Amino acid sequence: MKIKLATFRLDFLRKRKNSEPDRFNALHSASQWTLIWAKFKDHKLALIGLYILAAFYLCILFAPIITPYDPWEDSKYIYSPPTPIHIFHEGKLHRPFVYNQEINTTPETFERIFKTDYSTPYPVRFFVKGAEYHWLGFIKSNIHLFGVDPKTSINLMGTDVLGRDCFSRNIYGLQISLTVGLFGVFITFILGSIIGGIAGYYGGVIDNIVQRVVEFISCIPTIPMWMALGAVIPQDWGNLKVYFAITVILALRSWTGLSRQVRSKLLQLREEEYIVAAKVSGTSGWKIITTHLLPGFLSYLIVSLTLEIPKMILGETTLSFLGLGLRPPTVSLGVLLQDAQNLAAISAYPWLLVSAVLVVIAVLAFNFVGDGIRDAADPYKN
Amino acid sequence: MKLFQYIIRRMSWGALVLLFVSFFSFLVIQLPPGDYLTSYMARLEKSGMSIDNASMVALRHSYGLDQPFLVQYGKWFCRFIQGDMGVSFLYTEKVKVIILERLPATLLLSITSLLVIYLISIPIGIYAARRQYSVGDFLAAFFGFIGMAVPGFLLALILMWIAYQGFGVSIGGLQSPQFMDQPMSWAKAIDFMKHLPIPIIVITMSGTAALIRTMRATLLDELGKQYVTTARAKGLRESKLINKYPVRAAMNPIISSGGWLLPELFSGETIAAIVLGLPTIGPLLYRALLGEDMYLAAGCLMILSLLTIIGMLISDIILAITDPRIRLG
Repeated sequence: MKIKLATFRLDFLRKRKNSEPDRFNALHSASQWTLIWAKFKDHKLALIGLYILAAFYLCILFAPIITPYDPWEDSKYIYSPPTPIHIFHEGKLHRPFVYNQEINTTPETFERIFKTDYSTPYPVRFFVKGAEYHWLGFIKSNIHLFGVDPKTSINLMGTDVLGRDCFSRNIYGLQISLTVGLFGVFITFILGSIIGGIAGYYGGVIDNIVQRVVEFISCIPTIPMWMALGAVIPQDWGNLKVYFAITVILALRSWTGLSRQVRSKLLQLREEEYIVAAKVSGTSGWKIITTHLLPGFLSYLIVSLTLEIPKMILGETTLSFLGLGLRPPTVSLGVLLQDAQNLAAISAYPWLLVSAVLVVIAVLAFNFVGDGIRDAADPYKN
Repeated sequence: MKLFQYIIRRMSWGALVLLFVSFFSFLVIQLPPGDYLTSYMARLEKSGMSIDNASMVALRHSYGLDQPFLVQYGKWFCRFIQGDMGVSFLYTEKVKVIILERLPATLLLSITSLLVIYLISIPIGIYAARRQYSVGDFLAAFFGFIGMAVPGFLLALILMWIAYQGFGVSIGGLQSPQFMDQPMSWAKAIDFMKHLPIPIIVITMSGTAALIRTMRATLLDELGKQYVTTARAKGLRESKLINKYPVRAAMNPIISSGGWLLPELFSGETIAAIVLGLPTIGPLLYRALLGEDMYLAAGCLMILSLLTIIGMLISDIILAITDPRIRLG
């Protein structure tokens, strides 16, 4: 054990002390979390996933500032393709700028054609004034990270059927889609650990009943069940209510898996000698659970919760895509994908699929991070 | 004898689960405010017609919509047992007829998908475990991640788009329109086979990805055990060494995966069918839910769950046959 620990790479310790005995001491005095983090850093994919997620959640937090337009504001640029950003104007180097797009309609087919007007460059400016917003709900401002002259428009990911800026809509969509998973996992965590904890700690009849209910629920195919529950949400509910209803629906399915894990882990830990020792020496039940049992499988819980989030994101996206989840004007990645429902739309306006790419990236990132934590937090793995 | 007892126990358990599922299905269908008649009336009013209160009450009574929930459920369940699933308001036809019409396609797709999943994932899983960290292993892992992260409907859309762009054919449904009402022929069969791959890929993607991971992980555990080293030291042929012992041991989680694979399969099938316009039960449920057609929706949910339960039963029985610890434990 000593040899194994000493040989595995711990960068953070190498920096501090170089002599062998010091390294050894540092290794042994390192806390559990320091060790987990050190090992997690060795997992390259997990680290990349973590950076991506950090970037996504920063975007979410600063969504109104990063986005150049109000995501619900219509414009005359309907189905405009992504605006290219140039740095050469008439052969000379220029600060980054965009050209204006003129919209013409062909008289024969009424097809709209975008023609680039190469005469005037409109530089991309930073911290420009634009649509007013309330950051975090109470800080009123109209400063946006970047933008162009109101005479033209900058749409990094194109625009949709009403000329709304897809970049802004996708960022706001991330806001909803990535938090649905967090809230859902929070509910899953509470339901799963309480129910599974009771079943595992008491065992016997209670355990039996809980196990049967879990089996009942897992017999119903997930998507049909979600669809049925999604259809139950009344049409006249407000956005916020629907949002919470969806998180509850997603959690209703996933707590079963977690409760099973908590139960089996508890059943197993309950018999360990150190728990028996604690009981014999008169430690209270609450103290045993919180100081002896919980740390034993907390890392385990965190892993399965991290791996549960992407499933919820996919669930929300699928439900919203089918029109049984969140509904416009709420923007989530699934709602945005409703516009890409048929072949004609996809082949004519492929940039509508950017939302799908974001979903895939987010789901992959969560999975990598989950795998990374699992490898790092399991002390019994070599 | 033990095996027989085990099967009987599992079957009675399955019946109990079905009872629960039926209650759940009916409850969910009943939950939305208003029933089919209220939305029907709203539609009539929109088109300028109106219906007086007396005939409304009469209609409601004839459908049994005015009775308390438990009575409605009891009646519905008793009839369901006898094979009568009520009448669909949307299609004005017996639910049983509509579902039976779509059952063969649903079964065909699901069973084919299940076979495809096993046929692909087991050999790839074995390969990935035997050649750990090889190029093939990384490819399998990459494929696994894609299968895990790409939602089914998106995969369906993208494949349809590729088929449309690359081959100029629109792959909706399970057969081309010109064959729709024709009797079975070779041309029709070939046309059908052409339509099959995309739905199968969409349905099997995530399941295959998950099974490859499971197979690889369990086989890696087995390969590290001492009996493998012993066998190798004795000079046993490598192919026999791998296939006869560790693979057999690693197969157990795969067989028991039938339990969670089937609900997953029907889930995937539902999504694929809605996007690709396949004539299966999934889209029927979707339409029924959107149109508040409660008997149809409940019927679909019941049939999908029933198929799942039967599938789980079969996988339990196979597991009991292959692994004596299960039936004796």
